[in-house]
Amino acid sequence: MKQGNGTVPRIGVYVCHCGTNIAGNVDVKAVVDFASKLPGVVVAREYKYMCSDPGQSLIKNDIREKNLNRVIVASCSPHLHEHTFRHATLEGGQNPYLFHMVNIREQVSWVTEDKMSATEKAKALVEAAVYRVRYHEALETKEVPVNPDVLIIGGGIAGITAALTLANAGKKVYLVERDYSIGGHMAKFDKTFPTLDCASCILTPKMTAVKDHPNIHLFTYSEILEIDGYVGNFTARILKKPRYVIEDRCIGCYVCVEHCVYKTPKFPSEFDEGLGLRKPVFIPFPQAVPLIAAIDPETCIEFKSHRCKKTCQEACRDLVGRDAIDFTQREEVVEVQVGAIIVATGFKTFDARRIPEYGYGRYPNVYTSLEIERLVNSSGPTGGEIVMRDGRKPRRVGIIHCVGSRDRNFNPWCSRVCCMYSLKLAHLVRERTGAEVYNFYIDIRTPGKGYEEFYEKLMQEGVHFIRGKVAEVTDWTITPEETGKLVIRVEDSLVGVVRRIPVDMVILSVGLEPRDDAEEVRRQLNISCSSEGWFLERHPKLAPVSTFTDGIFIAGACQGPKDIPDTVAQAGAAAAEALALIDRGSVELEPNIAVIDEQKCSGCHVCIALCPYSAIAFNEEKNVAVINEALCKGCGVCVGTCPSKAITQQLFTDEELLAEIEGVLLV
Amino acid sequence: MDTFEPKIVGLFCNWCTYLAADLAGISRMKYSHNLRIVRVMCSGRIHPEFVLWAFRNGADGVLIGGCHPGDCHYIEGNYKNLRRFLLLRKLLEQVGIDPRRVRLEWISASEADKLKQVVNDFAETLRELGPFGTELPEEPVLDIHPKEEAVS
Repeated sequence: MKQGNGTVPRIGVYVCHCGTNIAGNVDVKAVVDFASKLPGVVVAREYKYMCSDPGQSLIKNDIREKNLNRVIVASCSPHLHEHTFRHATLEGGQNPYLFHMVNIREQVSWVTEDKMSATEKAKALVEAAVYRVRYHEALETKEVPVNPDVLIIGGGIAGITAALTLANAGKKVYLVERDYSIGGHMAKFDKTFPTLDCASCILTPKMTAVKDHPNIHLFTYSEILEIDGYVGNFTARILKKPRYVIEDRCIGCYVCVEHCVYKTPKFPSEFDEGLGLRKPVFIPFPQAVPLIAAIDPETCIEFKSHRCKKTCQEACRDLVGRDAIDFTQREEVVEVQVGAIIVATGFKTFDARRIPEYGYGRYPNVYTSLEIERLVNSSGPTGGEIVMRDGRKPRRVGIIHCVGSRDRNFNPWCSRVCCMYSLKLAHLVRERTGAEVYNFYIDIRTPGKGYEEFYEKLMQEGVHFIRGKVAEVTDWTITPEETGKLVIRVEDSLVGVVRRIPVDMVILSVGLEPRDDAEEVRRQLNISCSSEGWFLERHPKLAPVSTFTDGIFIAGACQGPKDIPDTVAQAGAAAAEALALIDRGSVELEPNIAVIDEQKCSGCHVCIALCPYSAIAFNEEKNVAVINEALCKGCGVCVGTCPSKAITQQLFTDEELLAEIEGVLLV
Repeated sequence: MDTFEPKIVGLFCNWCTYLAADLAGISRMKYSHNLRIVRVMCSGRIHPEFVLWAFRNGADGVLIGGCHPGDCHYIEGNYKNLRRFLLLRKLLEQVGIDPRRVRLEWISASEADKLKQVVNDFAETLRELGPFGTELPEEPVLDIHPKEEAVS
C-alpha cells in the first residue's frame, strides 16, 4: 500500500441512506462496520439524509470533536452534492478539499440487481476513498471576476423574456437571432390557449421593448460561430449574415418592396409557412423587429444574373432618400465578451411528410397545424379567413392529434402542447367557419391552469371527439356523401368500430422536435443533449435551467417541449441564475489545475504542444515549462503525458488516483 | 465451481462517461455489478500506468470511457488518450496479456444505454477470458513489474 502525504490521516466516513434510495439496496450498516475498521478511519457513521442539516452537522461536530482531517461521504453523485459536503467540511473548520465523495446511489444502489453485490461494490468504493484521501491536501481556490454582460442565443419568447429581465436589471445583453426578425414561433400564432388572447398583442410589445432597450444589443440574421472561455469569461464570435440592406438606414417603409421588378409576390413566404407569397426583397411580416427589409439572394435576379434593373435600390435612394440597399454587403464577424450565456434556441415541428398515410404533401387539403395558425391569423396570407387551397371554405374539418408524437416509429415523447393547440384551433375553425370539427385523439392531455376547463368548454361547443389513432387519410371514397372529400379512417376505440369520417380539410397536429442544429449548438457550447436531442439540464428538478457547464443556462423548448407559460417561467429562471452569477461578481474556480515541479522538469517541451489552451510556456533561463494558472482548465492531459512525472494535477494527483484504483480492487 | 466474476476498473471522464453512469442510475438501469468507477476530469489524464497498476492490483479488465471524438470538454483530450491506448494495447499484447482486457469506449452523457451494454458485454468477455493472468505464458516475455516491487 502506498503511504500518505505525511500528516496522520484522521478520517470520518459517513454513509447516507438517502431514504431507501441507497439503504433499500445496500446494507448500509455493513458498509459502516467495514469502513470503521479501515486504516486511518476514526469514525464511521450512517444517517438517513446526509445532505440535510442534521446530516451535515454530524460532519461539522466530528471535525471539531474528533479532530478529523479527512471527510468521506458515500451518498449520491458528486455532481449533485459535492459542493454541499465541501461546504460542510469548511464550516467544520477544515479545508474543503480534504473531503471526498463516493457515489453509491447513481453508480451502485440504483444500477445493481442484488443487494449483496451492491453492498460489496459500495464497500470497495468506500475503501478506495479511504486510500485516496490520505493523499489529499489543503488547496486554495482562485477567484476570477465575472464579466457582467450576458449572451442570449435565440430570439423567441424565451430569449426575449430573459433578455428583458436582465436588461431591466441593468445588465448588458447581446441577443442573437438566426432569423430576420425576433419573435420565434410565437409570432406566427394567432391566439394562445386557453385564454385566447391574441399572440401578437402580448408578444409584439415585448419585441419592440427589446429593440428600444438601451441595454440590449440585438443581432438578427446572425449565428454563433464559436464560443470560447469559461464561466464568467466567455468570448463569443457572432456571424452577421448579409441581408443586403443597411440596417441603420432602412426605415421599413416597404417602398423597395413595392418597386421590386417583380410586380407581384412570387416566392413562398417562409414566415407564412409557404401559404403566402413574397418578393425577393421583403419584410418577413408587418410586426417584424427589427422592421428592416432583406433581400434573398436565392430569388433575387441581381444575384442570379447581375442584370436586374435594381429598381428597389433606385426607389430607396430617389424616393425615400435613404439609399439603404447594398448589393455588395458582406458577412461580418463580431466578437463579444460575456460572463454568462442563456441558450433559448427553441424547437422545430415534426415533418408530416414522414407519415405518408396521412397524405401531407399529396392531398392539398391536408395541412399542418402551423399552416393553420397562419391561415387563422388576421395578418396571415388570407387575412384570417379559413379557406382551402382551392378557395373553398371547409364545412367539415378533421384534426389528427399526436402526429409524430407518442409513436414508437417516430418520437416516443408527448409534445405537451398539441392537445391544447388542437382544441384552440378547433374552437377558432368552428368560430370562423361554422364547420363541423372532429378531433381524433389517443388521450386528451390538459394539465395546466384553465386547460381542462377549456376542453370542457369545447365539448359543450359541439366539437366532436373520437378516440382512436388514425390509420389513414384517403381520397378513396365509397359512398356518395364521401365524394369529393378526404376520408379519415380510424378505429373508434370507445365504441369498438372502424369508422370513416369524410372531411374537407385535415389538420395534422404535428409534435415538437429538437432543432436540426441542436447538435452543432451543443458542441459549440460544450453542453449535453439527451439522446433525443433536447439540451440536458443539470438536474431535472433542482437545477432545471443550469447545464453541466458552469455559466451556461437553458430556457424554453430547446430543453424539451413546453408551452408559452412554462417557457416564460423558465426564461425568468435562467435570467435569475445568470443574474445571481453576475452579481456575485466573481467565481471560485476548481483548484484542479496542473502544477509543474521545476526540479523534475527536464525541459523536453512535450507538454507545451499538447495543452489545448496554450497554458504552458517555456522558461528558457531555467529550462523548464511554466503553467499559466489563469489559463489552465484542469484537464490533466499534460500530467498524463509528462515523461519525467514533473506535473501533478491538484485533486487528481497520480498518488490519489493510483490509491483509488488500488482501493476499488481490494473488496 | 462458481462462475468467475471479473473485476472491472472504469476510468471515466467527468463530463461524458461519468455522467452517463449517473444517468444510468437515474434511469434505474441495471447492469453488471463488476464495474468500479474511478473519476478523472478528462480521459486525456489517464496514464497507461493507471491501467497496468489496475492489472497489478487485481483488475481483470479496465474500461476507459471518454467523450466522443469532437465532443471533448477539453477540446481534444480524448484523442490524446486514444494514442496512448493504441500503444498500450500493443504493449500488452507483446507481454502476453490479451488486449481485450482493456477497452476504450466513447460514451456521451446521454448514452446510459450504451454504458449498460458496454459494461455487460465487457463483463461477459472477461468471464470468457477468465481471471487476469490466465493467458500469460509461464515465462514472462517481458517483466512489467519493477524488481523491488516483485517481492511483495
